[in-house]
Amino acid sequence: MTGPGVSGPATQPDVVIAVRNVQKSFRDASGREAVVLADVSFDVHRGETVVIMGGSGCGKSTLLNCLIGEYAIDGGRIEYRTSTMDAFADVASMSDAELDRLRLQFGILFQSGALFNSMTVADNVALPLREHSSVDPRVIDIVVTLKLEQVHMLAHRHKMPAQLSGGQKKRAGLARATALDPEILFYDEPSAGLDPVTSAAIDELIRDLSTKLQVTSVVVTHHMDSALKIADRLIMLDKGRVIRAGPRDEFLRIKTTAPVDLLDDDERLIHQFMNGRAEGPLTDDQGISEFEKLLVGG
Amino acid sequence: MSDVSSRRSAAGRGVEWVGRVAAGRLAAGAAFVRFVGGVSSLLGVTLAWFGRGLIRRRARAAPATFVRQMVRIGVESIGIVVLVQTFIGIILTLQLAPTLELYGQLERVADVVGIAVFRELGPLLTAIVISGFAGASIAAELGAMVEGEEIKALRAHALNPIRFLIVPRFVATVLMLTGLTVLADVVGVAGGLATSMTVLGVSFDTYMSLTREALTLSDFYTGLIKAGCFGAIVAMIASYEGLNVRGGAEGVGRATTQTVVKSIVALIGVDVIFTAVFFAFKV
Repeated sequence: MTGPGVSGPATQPDVVIAVRNVQKSFRDASGREAVVLADVSFDVHRGETVVIMGGSGCGKSTLLNCLIGEYAIDGGRIEYRTSTMDAFADVASMSDAELDRLRLQFGILFQSGALFNSMTVADNVALPLREHSSVDPRVIDIVVTLKLEQVHMLAHRHKMPAQLSGGQKKRAGLARATALDPEILFYDEPSAGLDPVTSAAIDELIRDLSTKLQVTSVVVTHHMDSALKIADRLIMLDKGRVIRAGPRDEFLRIKTTAPVDLLDDDERLIHQFMNGRAEGPLTDDQGISEFEKLLVGG
Repeated sequence: MSDVSSRRSAAGRGVEWVGRVAAGRLAAGAAFVRFVGGVSSLLGVTLAWFGRGLIRRRARAAPATFVRQMVRIGVESIGIVVLVQTFIGIILTLQLAPTLELYGQLERVADVVGIAVFRELGPLLTAIVISGFAGASIAAELGAMVEGEEIKALRAHALNPIRFLIVPRFVATVLMLTGLTVLADVVGVAGGLATSMTVLGVSFDTYMSLTREALTLSDFYTGLIKAGCFGAIVAMIASYEGLNVRGGAEGVGRATTQTVVKSIVALIGVDVIFTAVFFAFKV
């Protein structure tokens, strides 16, 4: 089972990532604590593509940073069981060396591509191979060629990142993320800042890599077209909580249901988000606006 | 009644003002402790990775990275260091000349310029120039890498950013600042020599012979010890500020400014300590 009610240890054998009651807060400049992740639980199964979605500030990027070990969580557990592990291992209790070993089993496509600007595209892809393997440089060159061909970037191998477009940077970043043949791929807003055609091409590439490489993919996005194209399952976050997790068809049903009176409260929120409506539960509960406060002298 | 309340409110405002000032001072003190702690901790981790790199080849950054940083920090700074130190030699000579002439010791300008440049102005001014020239650029580069998620990407690929980015910049700054100080010493004395010969009429032989007599080996190596430490300070402050950039382009700009300001204050502060220690031990 996966969803808001998930609790206890993961029992299904194909679970790769088990997230349990994760909490994360930040302190602002004035020392006030802002809860970003209140209580997040879900499972990710081997080979599936899970899309984590939600509005701006709902905590999805923070969740991704927690999943990759970039942020330490305040409470709960994030456990991995990759093919090289006998049992689940909690990220919070890992040493730096153990976390690095785990990181070798996943690849990440960052929002901006995050290519190293001082290196060519080919060197960017070759870097993880050079650093984490002792294979012959000629073999590395062949692997780099294959990886770049996979994302249709071979013609740009000698270019510097500054010479690439946004979509090309993401493709190159994807080639680098797959350089070590990871089991899990994380994508942070893969469609952000791209035109619809390039965005569709990236979506196809994500689907293609998932099926060809049999990797488990976790995608963070708020682009509904992309989410519905690439997801096997979707997880909707709101105010730091999972309000719904389920297969794509379930979310499609919610998106297309009319009238909305047939939906429960959470479903109405998802309906509003997926259809991009200005009015609905997502915006209703924001309370009195600053403008209104000013008018009434509050 | 209103008088009392207004007096009370004035007193209240006074207490509030004192409280606010005290809180501000405390916050500034905490920020200073955080900064010193952060830079010291970064230095510790950098030295640990440097040590590991000496033992294990895989813990070492590529030699090309070191060379690139040495060229950027050292070779590209040669022109400005030569220019500044030549001016310093000229200024010192012209400032000292009238006073020394009063005592009939005009040629003694060679002693003062030599000692001042070798012991003090060579390493200090070179470090200040490097903090503005290379330190600011290190902070901006690292800050841009933080904003561009490159640092995060390194960690995500199980590659330590300190080993990859900070150790090469640290080693390059320490080595090149030491090398540039040797150059600065020579150029500073040359500036003094040229001015003495052309303006004051001191002969080449007299100037060089007095310089050789005045300078001891300790004048040379105390300057170089300072230069090495100054290099470490500039590299660490620049790296710390760069790695802690927040807030996009504005944050990067702030980091570069902070690097230069904090480096200059730290360099002069540490120079005071060095000078006091050398004075106490008569080095």
